[in-house]
Amino acid sequence: MISFILNRSPVSLELVRPDITVLEYLREHRYMRGTKEGCASGDCGACTAVMAEPGNGSLEYRNFNSCITFLGALHAKQLITVEHLKENGRLHPVQQAMVEQHGSQCGFCTPGFVMSLFSLYKSCQTGIAGTDAGSIKEYLSGNLCRCTGYFPIVRAAEQALADCESDRFDRSVERVRQTLIDLDDPPVADSSRFHSPDTASELARLRNRHPDARLLAGGTDLALEVTQQCRDIGRIIYLGRVRELGAVRRSERRIEIGATVTLDRLEKILGTDFPELLPMLRRFGSRQIRNLGTIGGNLANASPIADLPPVLIALGATCALQSTGGVRSMLLEDYFVGYRQTALRGNEFIRSVDIPLPPDTATLKVCKISKRFDDDISSVCLAALITIEDGTTTGIRVAFGGMAATPKRALHCEAALSGQPFDRDTIERAKAALGQDFEPISDVRASAAYRLEVAGNLLERIGLELSGAAVPTRVDQI
Amino acid sequence: MNLPPFSRKPSCVSRALAHDSAARHVSGEAPYVDDGLPLTEQSYVCIGSSARAHGTLVELDLEAVRKAEGVIDVISADDIPGETDIGPVFPGDPLFATDTVEYVGQPLFAVAATSLKLARKAVSLARIRIEEMPPVLDLDSAIAQQLHVRPPHTMSRGEADSALGASPCRIAGFMKVGGQEHFYLEGQASLAVSGENGCVTVHCSTQNPSEVQKAVAEVLGIPFNRVDVVTRRMGGGFGGKETQAAAWACIAALFALRTNRAVSCRLSRHDDMVMTGKRHNFKNSYDAGFDAEGRIQAIRYQLAAQCGYSPDLSDAIVDRAMFHCDNAYYLPNVTIDGVRCKTHTVSNTAFRGFGGPQGMIAMETVIDEIAYRCRKDPLEIRKLNFYDTKERSRTPYHQQIEHFNLPGIVDQLESECQYLARRQSIREFNLCNPVIKKGLSLTPVKFGISFSITHLNQSGALVHLYSDGSIHLNHGGTEMGQGLMIKIAQIVSEVFATDPENVVISPTRTDKVPNTPPTAASSGTDLNGMAARNAALTIRERLIDFLAEKHATEKSRIVFTPVGVRIGDELLSLAQAARQAWLSRISLSATGFYRTPKVHYDRPSASGRPFFYFANGAAASEVASDTLTGESRQRRTDILHDVGQSINPAVDIGQIEGGYIQGLGWLTCEELKWDGTGRLLSDSPATYKIPAIGDIPPVFNVRLLEDCPNEEETIFRSKAVGEPPLMLAISAWCAIRDAIGAIRDHEVFPRLNAPATPEEILRVVNEVRNAP
Repeated sequence: MISFILNRSPVSLELVRPDITVLEYLREHRYMRGTKEGCASGDCGACTAVMAEPGNGSLEYRNFNSCITFLGALHAKQLITVEHLKENGRLHPVQQAMVEQHGSQCGFCTPGFVMSLFSLYKSCQTGIAGTDAGSIKEYLSGNLCRCTGYFPIVRAAEQALADCESDRFDRSVERVRQTLIDLDDPPVADSSRFHSPDTASELARLRNRHPDARLLAGGTDLALEVTQQCRDIGRIIYLGRVRELGAVRRSERRIEIGATVTLDRLEKILGTDFPELLPMLRRFGSRQIRNLGTIGGNLANASPIADLPPVLIALGATCALQSTGGVRSMLLEDYFVGYRQTALRGNEFIRSVDIPLPPDTATLKVCKISKRFDDDISSVCLAALITIEDGTTTGIRVAFGGMAATPKRALHCEAALSGQPFDRDTIERAKAALGQDFEPISDVRASAAYRLEVAGNLLERIGLELSGAAVPTRVDQI
Repeated sequence: MNLPPFSRKPSCVSRALAHDSAARHVSGEAPYVDDGLPLTEQSYVCIGSSARAHGTLVELDLEAVRKAEGVIDVISADDIPGETDIGPVFPGDPLFATDTVEYVGQPLFAVAATSLKLARKAVSLARIRIEEMPPVLDLDSAIAQQLHVRPPHTMSRGEADSALGASPCRIAGFMKVGGQEHFYLEGQASLAVSGENGCVTVHCSTQNPSEVQKAVAEVLGIPFNRVDVVTRRMGGGFGGKETQAAAWACIAALFALRTNRAVSCRLSRHDDMVMTGKRHNFKNSYDAGFDAEGRIQAIRYQLAAQCGYSPDLSDAIVDRAMFHCDNAYYLPNVTIDGVRCKTHTVSNTAFRGFGGPQGMIAMETVIDEIAYRCRKDPLEIRKLNFYDTKERSRTPYHQQIEHFNLPGIVDQLESECQYLARRQSIREFNLCNPVIKKGLSLTPVKFGISFSITHLNQSGALVHLYSDGSIHLNHGGTEMGQGLMIKIAQIVSEVFATDPENVVISPTRTDKVPNTPPTAASSGTDLNGMAARNAALTIRERLIDFLAEKHATEKSRIVFTPVGVRIGDELLSLAQAARQAWLSRISLSATGFYRTPKVHYDRPSASGRPFFYFANGAAASEVASDTLTGESRQRRTDILHDVGQSINPAVDIGQIEGGYIQGLGWLTCEELKWDGTGRLLSDSPATYKIPAIGDIPPVFNVRLLEDCPNEEETIFRSKAVGEPPLMLAISAWCAIRDAIGAIRDHEVFPRLNAPATPEEILRVVNEVRNAP
């Protein structure tokens, strides 16, 4: 049995099919047809809904793609859809602004935009988000519109956020919050085929008992098997409620991040120590994806074009893998063993990622190259941790995504850079060495030749940046 | 007809009213085809298709499909009672392939099941055997092998070859311009419901209800009058639902009649991207002669389009490319060969601009290259070559340019966007920045308005005035987001001087207004607005006649005003007037009809007046490009666009903003890719990237040209606005070229193709860097 609040009404239901998505539930079971299916793959945002959950002493509202979110993930949360925003026939301020600014044309993407705007509105009220142009673009980065060119939607956002007056949801915050806490107590009883353990040891036991079960964290990749490949997932173990997996521990020299920490939270956790990472994290998937996607998921799915692994490898991170037999730790660069293959054993799960904090002398460089700036998968992603002392590179770790079957360190390249000044000659040698490190492939995102050339050119970019030359090196800087 | 009929300033027309459905869009209360509550016993369709690009279908064993869980019915070509080919103009589009398959994704059969998921699962159980034949998959091969879906066609004026030979300067080259996936947010969708007497109603997301009606009737083998096609709204069309909505409607209707159930046929995003045609990609070759100043003396073009496996609308699309490869410039001697190439890929189709953009970008490429050769700012070359309305006023298809306000538009924009000052500061920036280069370009758009197929330039409307004074409006145009409904409601309310709120807009349907053209070619408001106005005028005339007689006064003393109908000194509300007329048995319902005057075109001689008038505009765009990675970002765009006298400025500006970004996507980040077997690789929004909100320029100024009523007698002297703004984005593409050219101080012409993806930009950066 899972329980959640649909707008104002508590709902409890048995998950007959563990792989039912929120969108399917809304459209096919509740006949709520305001939320649209545009792509069923989390890429267009037409299906965007908002989930609210207790946090910061209030409620936190997050937009998400209902097409790739399994219903079980809504347990003890409030689900708000476009149908719920009007009150007594009056449009919500974000809806009213969309009308007044001519923010809809064909209207099909509009419910999704409205819900993303709503989550931004609520987040601005609580100070989680800003009302500036950057925040607006970030919150709407996962909503595609083919008609308006986005301008009137930006204007609508500006209008709605200008005062962020209180709305009907504010009046029920405390009641909803308490209901959600009550729904969660006692903790959820497992549905027969949707398991939702609370502790890592229970998770380990379930993993042993159900070797056929699929682990679900954000589900942004797993759900595609259902919606795109038409597969059935017979049994799911949901990780979102395992306490240890959501924990973050920080010591003077390391940060240990639980596997289910979302990409959205990661921004706050790593932003201070690694400001160089922020521009990339803000282009990582879309807002909706970052609200659900997790650091563990990004490692478990082992995509060669995932954006976190190169960074984590460059930082020398390790991952902790747990089973009933205990916890083992391994360097992340050893974890990826082949194309979408990892060292994770059948009965294991990723418990956490452990990032050593680099010394002050080290510089992190992160470059993500993609066809589209926002919400696109990298054709090449570079991360490098560089220490230069007295004009000589004394420490260097360079890792790439998109260049091989796995995220991978560029050892030859590192060797060429190590012990040398980071100058033009060295960079040329390091570029040449990349040819020994990588034989990239050509695919829909880029050709092999482009990938190899850009990988080398990014070394040039970094060299220029390290040289302190006062010229822009990134097209989004100017 | 004499226009304008109203001396006072319009009260309804020219107001920036919200889209008619805006309040329902934002609350989720605007239903699309798939949003109705499921009907009893509704079934759901999935299409089974070819996994091979070219071959002979030797086995189609559907036994396992029929037996699969939830399956209600399965159909293939043998089950079609009527016409098996749904080609809209020329044959060549079988509803289901029979012997020969010609593209990956070509429908072979369809399944109706109790749920979409079960239908999808059943489809995968088919046993399909195709004996492969070698496919032709790319444009270059088709050009080389002279494989055509329609014969080549040539337009010419003057003596291009001899004038080329006599020209002091000469350039020759080619540019490739990519196709474009429509990516309407609502995919193709139809819902068919069978009725009594062998009739069927199809709710369809289509720009072309009459064409869908025809296709359904012919496939079913029944007269048109038994098929009713209904379109309330589309979640985007952009040309993709002009002809290519028909197949899914036919399949749903066939199932509906066979099973006596309501049948929904909605394509998944993947199937939609794989099974439906896109914007044509082109290879444009040119050979141009000009004088030392940069004034063009002669051009020879070959415009070759990849049409895919069938003609669809390609003949007219390539014609429109040919009509626009002059853009705004006079070509004294010109020959244009248009080639319609056949490949074993999906049949490419209409897409906003309908070939025009692909032709126009060839011309702007030529202009840029001439500027490099003459060492001048491209804007100077543009101005030098503009049409005028005197000696330099004949188009390559012999239409006389009569009204030409582009030079003024360009001058105004140039000064408003501070072109010269920015040109200077960009030059300075580029001199001291080795990695990031900025570029700037100002390009004009002249776009011909009217269907080039003359008979399509007609439409109809139906208006009822009820006895309570409320008005019901129906017309032949469809709403796909472009604001057509609100514009026409404004037009009708203008006639009666009533509030647009008093006009209810009903779904477009073939049993109300028959024999309509597609809502396409930017013509929706021009045709349907005029037809609706004519219908409304008929009713108004009847009311005036009646009231004049009843109140024994002159007709000229009866005036419709916002407060009511003034009859001399008396004032009646519209409701009172309507009620009096009804009691006196006056008909308060009328049809209206309109056909565009003046247009004619003789294709064999490639001459005539295909266009009633031209829509004009200009854009100046500034970009920054990274010469190490090929990444580029929009920095600023300024637009000045001519919509004549705007019927609804908010709607018009929305079309300009949206059209620009859609064009920007086409020319920058949207890249269609196939593999070597003809399978589409960019088959989802994960791999095909339309612009997102982060791609829009941070500074974007749009202005409508003021005080410029259309010189032709169009509806309230407005101008069409649907397609033209898309081509304003050519300025951004030319600006990227300008940025690349800065690497070598504009001495080497960057042979940029479209889309200018990071990879394409880096390729050209290297080419320019390494040029001798």
